[in-house]
Amino acid sequence: MPIECLVLGAGQEVGKSCVVVSINGKRIMFDCGMHMGYADSNRYPDFSRISDAGDFNSALSCVIITHFHLDHIGALPYFTQVLGYKGPVYMTYPTKALAPIMLEDYRKNMDRRGEEEQFTSQHIEECMKRVIAVDLKQTVQVDKDLQIRAYYAGHVLGAAMFYAKVGDAAIVYTGDYNTIADRHLGAAQIERLQLDLLITESTYANSVRDSKYNREGEFLKAVHKCVAAGGKVLIPTFALGRAQEICLLLEDYWERMNLKVPIYFSAGLTIQANMYYKMLVNWTSQKVKETYVTHNAFDFKHVQTFDRSLINAPGPCVLFATPGMLSGGYSLEVFMQWAPCEGNLVTLPGYCVVGTIGYKLMSGKPTRINLDKDTQIDVRCQVHQLSFSAHTDAKGIMDLVKFLSPKNAILVHGEKPKMAILKERIESELGIPCFYPANNETVSISSTGHVKAHASDTFIQRCLSPNFKFLKCGVPDKSASGSKCTEGISRLQVVDERVADSILVEQKCKKAKVIHQDELLLMLGEKEHEVKFAYCCPIRIEKSVQTGSKDLSSTDNQHLGLDKRSLLELLSVKLSNKLSEGNIQDFGEHLQIESFHVSVCLKDKCSHRTSNSIENQSELVFFCCNWSVADEKLAWNIISIMECCTLNTT
Amino acid sequence: MEFTCLSKGDGFHFPPCSMLNLCGFRILLDCPIDFSALTIFSPVPPAFSGRFDVESSQTEPVVRKRQRIEKQLDANDLIFEEPWYKTVKSLHLWDASFIDIVLISSPMGMLGLPFLTRSKGFAAKVYATEATSRIGQLLMEDLVSMHMEFRQFYGPKDSGCPQWMRWEELQVLPSALKEIALGKDCEELGAWMPLYSAADVKDCTRRVQTLKYAEEACYNGTLIIKPFSSGLEIGACNWTISCPQGNTACISNSIFGSSHAMEFDYDALQGNDLLVYSDFSSLKTMEDAENNTNNFGPVTGTSSNLREEDNHWQEAAATLLKNDGTSEEAEKLAFICTCSIDSVKAGGSVLIAIDRLGILLQLLEQLSIFLESSTLSVDLDHVPVYIISSVAEKLLAYMNIIPEWLCKQRQEKLFSGEPLFGHVKLMKERKIQVFSAVHSPELLKNWQEPCIVFSPHWSLRLGAVVHLLRRWCSDQNSLLVLESGLDANMALLPFKPMEMKILQCSFTSGIGLQKVQPLLKTLQPKSLLFPKDLRCPIKFSESNKIYLYHENEMLCIPRMNHSTEIEIVTDLAYTFKVKSWKQESMSRLRGELFMEHGKYRLLSGSKTANSQQQRLLLHWGSPDLEKLLTELSKKGIDGSIKQVNGGAIDGAEPENPATTLLVHHPSKALIEVREACTVITAADENLASQISDAMDSVLGGI
Repeated sequence: MPIECLVLGAGQEVGKSCVVVSINGKRIMFDCGMHMGYADSNRYPDFSRISDAGDFNSALSCVIITHFHLDHIGALPYFTQVLGYKGPVYMTYPTKALAPIMLEDYRKNMDRRGEEEQFTSQHIEECMKRVIAVDLKQTVQVDKDLQIRAYYAGHVLGAAMFYAKVGDAAIVYTGDYNTIADRHLGAAQIERLQLDLLITESTYANSVRDSKYNREGEFLKAVHKCVAAGGKVLIPTFALGRAQEICLLLEDYWERMNLKVPIYFSAGLTIQANMYYKMLVNWTSQKVKETYVTHNAFDFKHVQTFDRSLINAPGPCVLFATPGMLSGGYSLEVFMQWAPCEGNLVTLPGYCVVGTIGYKLMSGKPTRINLDKDTQIDVRCQVHQLSFSAHTDAKGIMDLVKFLSPKNAILVHGEKPKMAILKERIESELGIPCFYPANNETVSISSTGHVKAHASDTFIQRCLSPNFKFLKCGVPDKSASGSKCTEGISRLQVVDERVADSILVEQKCKKAKVIHQDELLLMLGEKEHEVKFAYCCPIRIEKSVQTGSKDLSSTDNQHLGLDKRSLLELLSVKLSNKLSEGNIQDFGEHLQIESFHVSVCLKDKCSHRTSNSIENQSELVFFCCNWSVADEKLAWNIISIMECCTLNTT
Repeated sequence: MEFTCLSKGDGFHFPPCSMLNLCGFRILLDCPIDFSALTIFSPVPPAFSGRFDVESSQTEPVVRKRQRIEKQLDANDLIFEEPWYKTVKSLHLWDASFIDIVLISSPMGMLGLPFLTRSKGFAAKVYATEATSRIGQLLMEDLVSMHMEFRQFYGPKDSGCPQWMRWEELQVLPSALKEIALGKDCEELGAWMPLYSAADVKDCTRRVQTLKYAEEACYNGTLIIKPFSSGLEIGACNWTISCPQGNTACISNSIFGSSHAMEFDYDALQGNDLLVYSDFSSLKTMEDAENNTNNFGPVTGTSSNLREEDNHWQEAAATLLKNDGTSEEAEKLAFICTCSIDSVKAGGSVLIAIDRLGILLQLLEQLSIFLESSTLSVDLDHVPVYIISSVAEKLLAYMNIIPEWLCKQRQEKLFSGEPLFGHVKLMKERKIQVFSAVHSPELLKNWQEPCIVFSPHWSLRLGAVVHLLRRWCSDQNSLLVLESGLDANMALLPFKPMEMKILQCSFTSGIGLQKVQPLLKTLQPKSLLFPKDLRCPIKFSESNKIYLYHENEMLCIPRMNHSTEIEIVTDLAYTFKVKSWKQESMSRLRGELFMEHGKYRLLSGSKTANSQQQRLLLHWGSPDLEKLLTELSKKGIDGSIKQVNGGAIDGAEPENPATTLLVHHPSKALIEVREACTVITAADENLASQISDAMDSVLGGI
């Protein structure tokens, strides 16, 4: 059965991640995000494509949310409470804990902007109640056939890559991930899995990031310079993730430099967020985890709560304020106050949505920004850009794809031209078919299946014991006689073929069965009938020392009878020189190579001699050969050697 | 499969221990220490005690003890030496190096693990949940540090047998002590071990592979091992093990409803081929009731009312969780709190020697509520609560960062952003003070009586408890809270005369007898291993097999499923050449057989083998010569049949007559057909193979 992957969002763009995958009759929705750039119906994925009738409960087996960013979860309350999806929703513990904060924040902003409210506070609360929290690597049996599992993804606290398996088909959806550990989060971790499909983000499909230490250093220098001169530093961030990351950085620096300048968090929001971070310290990086007993890293020593009266208070300070892109709210309010002063500093994140003040500040160096028709802000303060992208770069994506080696890959969450380049790389460097569908497109790929059969004990036992065959490579045949130097190369090949003696038997209306061939006849109630080949092969003999071949003919039988053994030995030597495969065993009376059996034939008339009328019989000795079907090729090989060679008797 | 129950254990602190042989792998379930045996040792005597001096202890006690042998026990009968620790009595009879896997289901089941890991040749893989491993490690570290006091007191010792283990010493032990030391059948002396060191603990925890909740661990590609919460303690779990021969679930002590740890996840244990039931916790309650009831063995049922009951089992399962006993537990906790408040009010102190983490955490929360709410003349708000243990700080900190292993109500706290347990706030407000030792300077500075102290060890032989008991044992107003399962008479021996009030509490530590039956009905295992000692009716289905086991008796269970399953990758299966014969269609296998994640899989192997055999290798039936001739002529080969009597050619035996078929065209060849064998003679490879092809079509073959 093919796997069908319907991309409802984040196809050739960043925003409203939502992918619906059908595997073996199960349908899973990965992420349910919203697009920050739209205010119309485009902000949500086009859910009607999942089910025309709007019956999502029977159309979907479950919804999986990878992390708490709005472009991954923003549409969830709308989907469950307004559109009425009642099935299970899975996310990790931290995501379940932190998502309501993000959603509530978003809802408030929606309110503030006077947009039509898509969902209420109560919707968020009820939606979250239904969420089933999962631990990392916990194997969750959604139903009898569907199994899902979360893997650590870095990126933000609680971000996970999800593995889903139905029957034999398995996929991984990465969500957003980071393959490099940062200050508070570890690097993404996943085990080797057999995958039919990997759906990966590709935000940085085409760029390789440099070390962030320089950037951190510059940032700290800028902040230090500013506060040392009595300036105020404004760090607009979201409440979660970046705020903690930068705060850990500052806290560490404050400690080292013994700074006393206060660090403020704008609202209870971030303080509250820190509370969550403290309890979820197990989900952070190893370094932070190890110190939780003596000092929980999210117990920030230098951090204090901010209130409005402090905006214009004298003296230096550092302030974290939401939202992150100066798109409104508290951070904008403070920015308006602080921007006109030259000594102040604003630190912007690496990426700002078009249209926000943050975006305007980043593009060029404006000295005056029009907030709306009536308000203008004089910008005299310094602007520092600090990108702490928690996404993996191209190398990380390539490494992950290579590590997992899925049968197919799909790119989402990226920009089209960059995705095209990455697709080329994945296909040419790794040989993995790769797609990057646009929104609302479906990619269909074939999945591996298994035929199930009962296996007999004999079969299992035979397969457990080794069955080595040593083959000499056939290559050096000619070179050995030509140049001596290549002679040593006659490489030995070890073959361990264990299942070829076994047979898959299928009967109508019965489950297939795998048995060893010895058991087959018993099962069929038939007797074996062996089919063999035989050939009595003439070989020329040359007497090198003794002259007078006539002697031989007179005493021929007697003479040869005495020499039976030595004749075989001579043959053995000849064969071992020329034969590239097989192992010659000498049993005195006969030689054996696999099932090929050769002995000296002294009979006048052997039934296996096809032409008895070879002239000059006196110089010929007959070797009677027989072999079974299995060694047909080898046998003819040997016979052709025998027919061409001459035995030199002394 | 083989199963041996090594020990049925005793209550919460001494979980059962058993050995399982599955798919040829030897699996040890838990490795606990029997701390109740520790009571035969005297705690470290008070330094100022004149009674104990080194010289007299060497010779005198022997004489004294001999005289007192049948008198009532007193403190001097105890063994005044650095204690050894009693492990599972028959575990030492097994060679540690033959164990392949150790599964640890609770922190208590881990305490004896360093004895194993430090033994020579031990190379097993140890699995435990993350929380169990962490808590277990802390408990072991605490044990080592508490034991240190003995070592400091008695001084360094030469290795070898301690004094008390000599036969003549053992002979004169009072019978009560002797029974603990030697066991009922005098065969348990080998179970005593000198305590491990801190380095052993470190090495032990390093070997443990930690698992998340329900994480799959794959051992050797064959066994898939998964932990599911058992509700007994934070991180405690039951295991499921699946292998090609079937799925097994092991239930150890489990609790349906807990107000701290994640609930007993019995749904995950449903429908296994084999269920190993080893929760002995109801054994105690049963023994108590024994005198009143008639002797009835486990009823394995085919009784007539089974069918009727079948209809009810789903309901029964539904009621399982409802009456989970959490309210009962809460009442007990409330009672302890009331008693404590009463003591404090009377000016006495309270010593709580309970080492169950969950109980401790809840008591801390409850106590603070009680202390705040009781409005009386004494300002109870200022009664200090001390926790004295070398690892308490770490343990309490850890409790607040593992929401994944807590019960639903506690997880809700995470989602609403509150601390998981009340102690976080209380510690911040300094209503609870944590100290690493009774002699720590901070404690001495802050010490204030009356107070409430939580301190290990519940056996009353180790830790700060010993010193505080000495201090308060003659105070009538003080209260000692003990765990049940401890022989109070023996435990309190060194502190006699005892004036303190004593409250001994039993808490749920497993599945109640009345819940066994509905549980089994819900789980519906194909076969069940059940302890013989638990006399409770277990009838749940007619088709299922029940095996009863005894301590230290190996039980062999026949293979659970009758056929092994193999999976063949479809792509590979398509390349098979299918031959049909009568009703069957068959094909020769190709590829390589792998054991992958507990399943046999046939995958397309490396293509190095040039065994693209076109020939049929195995033939059966007897060839019809006329048909063979036709087949040959189709290929342009002419021949004629020549009946030859046996012996004429090749000197074959007359009883094996051969029919010969001579081929004239394109070149000469000969086909001799006998009953079970056909020999094709041809000088030309091509001709030979064509004849062989013709043979294939007149014979059955593969």
